Amino acid sequence: MADTQTAVQLEHVSRYYTLGESSVRAVDDVSLMIPRGEFLALLGSSGSGKSTLLNLIAGLDRPTSGAILADGQSLAALSPLNLARYRRNTVGMIFQSFNLLPRMTLEENVELPLRLAEVDHSERADRVREALERVRLTHRVGHRPTELSGGEQQRVAIARALVNRPKILLADEPTGNLDSTTGEAILTLLRELQTHLEMTIVMVTHERPLAERFADRLATMGDGKLLGIAPIGEGRAQ
Amino acid sequence: MKPRDLTDLAVRNLREAILRNALTTLGVAVGVASLVAMLSLGVGLQQLASKRLSQSGLFDTIFVTPKNSFRGMGRPQREVESDKPPRPLDDDARVELEKLPNVIEVYPQVRFFTEVRFNNKPYATMVAGMPDSSRNTGAFDGMQGSFFSSSAANEAILQIEFAKDLSDKPASLVGQELTLRYAERQAIPPAAGDEPPGAAETSGGFSVVPKELRLKIVGIVETEPAAGYGGYGSARLLMPLQTASTLRAAQVNDLRDIVRGNTSNRITYPALSVRAKSPSQVETLEASIKDLGFNAFSLLDASKSLRTFFSVFDLLLGIFGSLALAVATLGIVNTLVMAILERRREIGVLKALGAADSDVQQLFFVEAGVMGFLGGIFGVVFGWLLGRAITFGTNIYLKRQSLNPIDLSSVPWWLVILALLFAVLVSLGAGLYPASRAAKLNPVDALRYE
Repeated sequence: MADTQTAVQLEHVSRYYTLGESSVRAVDDVSLMIPRGEFLALLGSSGSGKSTLLNLIAGLDRPTSGAILADGQSLAALSPLNLARYRRNTVGMIFQSFNLLPRMTLEENVELPLRLAEVDHSERADRVREALERVRLTHRVGHRPTELSGGEQQRVAIARALVNRPKILLADEPTGNLDSTTGEAILTLLRELQTHLEMTIVMVTHERPLAERFADRLATMGDGKLLGIAPIGEGRAQ
Repeated sequence: MKPRDLTDLAVRNLREAILRNALTTLGVAVGVASLVAMLSLGVGLQQLASKRLSQSGLFDTIFVTPKNSFRGMGRPQREVESDKPPRPLDDDARVELEKLPNVIEVYPQVRFFTEVRFNNKPYATMVAGMPDSSRNTGAFDGMQGSFFSSSAANEAILQIEFAKDLSDKPASLVGQELTLRYAERQAIPPAAGDEPPGAAETSGGFSVVPKELRLKIVGIVETEPAAGYGGYGSARLLMPLQTASTLRAAQVNDLRDIVRGNTSNRITYPALSVRAKSPSQVETLEASIKDLGFNAFSLLDASKSLRTFFSVFDLLLGIFGSLALAVATLGIVNTLVMAILERRREIGVLKALGAADSDVQQLFFVEAGVMGFLGGIFGVVFGWLLGRAITFGTNIYLKRQSLNPIDLSSVPWWLVILALLFAVLVSLGAGLYPASRAAKLNPVDALRYE
C-alpha cells in the first residue's frame, strides 16, 4: 500500500493489446514505486513499452491487469469522469511534439487546462502569468506556437502542464524534437521545477546520457518488462 | 467546461475551417429560408383571408330576425309557445339591442328589389342601404370614385357588374346620375268602413305608392360587403343607409305583414345587424339576443373551419419547407465528422489535459448549435427576403390584371423564434452522432495520430 511518501506505485501492471489473433504485451508485469519529489527517467528502445507505461500513469489508458496508485488514488477505481479530473488536477503532461494548439496564442494554450478545470476567469490571468514566469516566456505571450522555436514551444507546453499545479509531471520524450543544447536547457528547467515545486517527474527518454545527468533514478524497460532500476547518485550533473 | 468557454472554443474551431463551415451554415440557412418563406406565405395568406373576412363585417356581426320570419311561412309553426305572437323587430327592439353590452351599433337591413332608370333604359336590381361604418370595413378599399359624402346623401355606389350593364365604360359612370324607382309604403289614417274591401293598392294600414329619386353615382366597387347574407340576394346598387331608410320603400317583410294581417303603421324591420366590438364577443351576444326573443345567427363557425384549414395548410407548407433543412442536416453531420478526423490529435491533447468525454461531446455539440443558430439567423433573413420577393412578383402580376396589391407573406415574431429554435434543435440533432464519436475517441490513439 502506498504511503504519503509515495507519488506513484505500480503493482504487477500489464497492458496487452490484441492485434488480430495475437496478443501484444506492451507492458508486462511491471511493479515500481516512485517516491514523492523524485525525477525518474524511463529508458528503453522503441517499442519497449515505456510510453505505454507513462500513458497508464497519466490515466490516458487503463491496465489489462495490476494496480496503479497515484497520489493515493487507485486509478482502476476511478470513473471515466474522475479519471479526467485526475488528469486535469494531479498530473501534467508534456510531449515530444509539444502538442500546442496552433490557432491559439501562447497565453491561450497555457490557459486551456484552466478552462477545462472551470477555474474562475478573474484568477486565470495570474495563473497563466505565473506559469509563464516559471518557464521564462512572459515576453512572447501574444505569439502563436508556429512563431516560436522548438525549445520555446516545449517551454510553453511545460507552462501549460504546470498551470493547474499538478503533483506529478509526466514527460514523453520532451527533448526528442530538440537539438542537444535546447534539450539540455529544457531538462535543466524540469530539474528546477522539481526542486522548487517539489514535483515528481517521470520522463520517458531514449537518451541515456541526458537522463543520467538530470534524473534521480533510471528505470530501463525492454519488451514491456522492467529490466532494472538504478539510482544515479553522484553521477548527476548539476 | 463553462458555457462561455465552450462557446468561445466552438467559435474558434468553426473559424478554423471557415470556408467549409460557412458553406455548411449556408446550407442550414437555405433550409431555414425555405421553411420561413413557405410558412410566411401560409401566414400571410391566412392573415389576408382573415383581414378581408373580418373587415367584411361578417364575423363581428350578428343578424337578427324576428322569430317565425318569412322563411317559416307555409311550414308548421316550430315554436311550442306559439300561442304568443312573435316579437316584432321594431324600433323598441332596436333600442333594446343597442343597450346590450359590447354592441357597437345596430342598423337595419334595408334591401329592396326595384327598378333603376339610366339613359331612359330600365334595369331591375336589388338595392341595399350601407351604414356609414362600412366605410372602414375594407370592402371599399381600392374602389373607383369615393364613398358616400354623407350618411344622408342622395348618392349611389354601383357594383362593378351592374356598372358594366349600364355602360361599356364603367369608370365613366362616376359623376353621372340615375333614377331610382321604388314603391313607398305610406300610412293611411284609419277610416273604418270607407275603403272598399280588396282595393288593389291598399291593405287597410298602408298603401304602396310609386316614387322616384335621383341619385348621383359616386363610386364603383368590386363586391358588396356581406353580399347575399341574410337570404336576400346580392345588392348591385348601394346607397347610404339613412337615405335608404327615409325612402320607406316597401320591403319583403311588408308582404309578410300583409299575409299575417299585421297592417299596423308601426315600422318593423325584416332584419337588424348587430355589430359586436370583436368577433370573440359574438357568441355571448348571440345568446343574449336569442334570450330577448329573436332569431340570431353569425358566421363564426365558418371562421373556425377557416382556421382549421389554414392550420393544415401551414403544416403542409412546413413539411415541404423542412425538406431543405433535412438535407442541410446531412451537411452538418458530414462537416463535423470531417472535423473529427482533422482534429483527432487535438481531441487527444484535450483529453490528456483533463477534458472529460462530456467536455469533448459538448464542444462538438455547441459547434453544431452555433452553425444552426447562425444558419437560422441568415435563413430567417433570406426567407423574409424570399417572401417579399414573391409578394413583389405577385403584385406586379396583380397590377397587370388591374387588381389591388396584396401583402402575400408575413413573418411574425413567433415564426422568427420558431425558425431559430427549429434550426438549432435540428442542428443539435445532427451533431449528436459526431459529438458522441468524438467523445469516445481513445486519447492514446488520438495523440499518436499525425
